[in-house]
Amino acid sequence: MSAVSLVLDGVGKVFSAGGRQRAVLSEVRLSVAAGEVVALLGPSGCGKSTLLRLVGGLEAASSGSVRVDGREVRGIEPRCAVVFQEPRLLPWRTLERNVAYGLPRRRRRGAVEKQARAEVRHWLSVVGLAEFARHRPRQVSGGMAQRAALARALARRPGVLLLDEPFAALDALTRLRMQDLLAEVQRAEGTTVLLVTHDVDEALHLADRVVLLGAGESAPDGAATVRSIVEVPGTRPRDRGDAELAALRVRLLAELGVHTPAAAPAHP
Amino acid sequence: MTLVQARRAGAGLVLPVLLLAGWQWIAAAGVFSAAQLPPPGEVLDALGELLRRGELWHHLAISTQRVLIGFAAGSALGLTLGGLVGLSRWASTVLSPTVQAIRAVPSLAWVPLLLLWLGIGETPKIVLVAIGAFFPVYTTVSAALAHTDPHLVEVGRAYGRSGVSLLASILFPAATPAILSGLRLGLAQGWLFLVAAELIASSMGLGFLLIDSQNTGRTDVMLLAIILLALLGKLTDTVLGLAERRLAATSR
Ligand SMILES: Nc1ncnc2c1ncn2[C@@H]1O[C@H](COP(=O)(O)OP(=O)(O)OP(=O)(O)O)[C@@H](O)[C@H]1O
Ligand SMILES: [Mg+2]
Repeated sequence: MSAVSLVLDGVGKVFSAGGRQRAVLSEVRLSVAAGEVVALLGPSGCGKSTLLRLVGGLEAASSGSVRVDGREVRGIEPRCAVVFQEPRLLPWRTLERNVAYGLPRRRRRGAVEKQARAEVRHWLSVVGLAEFARHRPRQVSGGMAQRAALARALARRPGVLLLDEPFAALDALTRLRMQDLLAEVQRAEGTTVLLVTHDVDEALHLADRVVLLGAGESAPDGAATVRSIVEVPGTRPRDRGDAELAALRVRLLAELGVHTPAAAPAHP
Repeated sequence: MTLVQARRAGAGLVLPVLLLAGWQWIAAAGVFSAAQLPPPGEVLDALGELLRRGELWHHLAISTQRVLIGFAAGSALGLTLGGLVGLSRWASTVLSPTVQAIRAVPSLAWVPLLLLWLGIGETPKIVLVAIGAFFPVYTTVSAALAHTDPHLVEVGRAYGRSGVSLLASILFPAATPAILSGLRLGLAQGWLFLVAAELIASSMGLGFLLIDSQNTGRTDVMLLAIILLALLGKLTDTVLGLAERRLAATSR
């Protein structure tokens, strides 16, 4: 599937836990063009994952509407694919069978089966795991498992790729490699990407726009909404050492409540 | 078999050999009368006698048959009901308390009722074995399914699985190890319940051999029956254990 657009129109989410109602998101408005990469930043617990789950149809919005390619999301959204913070591979399947789990479901017969195998091989090699096709999730490193999870999502040929802090659990070096891999795959496939992250640098490196979520002034009891949207200058792939990005980084960190001396280098 | 496996199997035989030696020694020392504790040799003779008369195979065959049929029925029901209770909160609220209560009934307590309802043929014995095999399977299956990693279930849902396909691709494979150990427990309990059934109303089987030897004062046959029960139980458990290990190996 080619990239599709995504529109959040006044989206709100209220959870009821223990008989009490708690508004987590309210009046979230955002429109993402087809092929755009948008990063979601915000303090922990502000509802970033919830927003992603609303888009993927894993959760239903309490108010407003989510539209993927102009059609409202109701139930699990077949045009989206999710990568979670943990790989969440099925431990009883090999990596290739895990990737195959992501293939859109259709009748498995002869030619289709052959094509499916070819697709799985393709996505495994895209994430550099061709040689590990027969390995079990337990037998590979965390970074490799997360790459397999990415391949599983890509195999679904999603119009919108939903990434929930996909690299947060990885070591710093692996994380940088994964960011480059994602940038590369996105460029090749042109997929729309919604990326939740805690990492300001990651957001600036990968995204066209950065959306800051946070408690809204008018919103009820601290429900989060879109605080600001920042256009990231320049075209991807970006230079991690860019001075303009460094200034933007300071500004975003300040908005998240972290104050850095303006002259601080990007990587001290 | 590797050297390590052979060594482990050998180590497992040490205690039985010691027990046998101790038995021989106690019997020879005359601590008990020969009627109370015949030496191992006499038990071996009893085995030979029963084999010559062709009776032993009948006892073994009928007992094994009862256990296998009863186990098949009980574990099938355990899988079905356990699956239902594990997957549906509604079924769990309705069924769990009753099943737990019935579970508390000791095996022997069923016998008079089953005899009354089902007569003295094969049916009551098989039903009792089925009751014994049912509970471990039911308990492990329902618990395993109810506690499937919610993260994996979410993966299934996110990738478009629901209903039967979610069950087949996530819930069931995730519960498989627990289901297998439940089956092993069920089989073991099937043997326990079998003896309860055969002790009371039968003219064949290892349980009958046990009660018959008591009536005729043949302690050698009694010991033989007990040893055969232990060996058969261990044998069937080993077969299931091998199947379990093979499955675990392919899914590692
Ligand atoms: N199913 C649920 N039922 C009740 N409350 C929920 C549920 N899911 C999330 N919440 C609450 O919603 C809030 C937002 O959760 P969410 O996971 O979306 O935050 P987040 O921004 O992703 O946080 P983090 O950055 O730590 O991952 C939290 O306070 C959480 O307790
Ligand atoms: Mg989160």
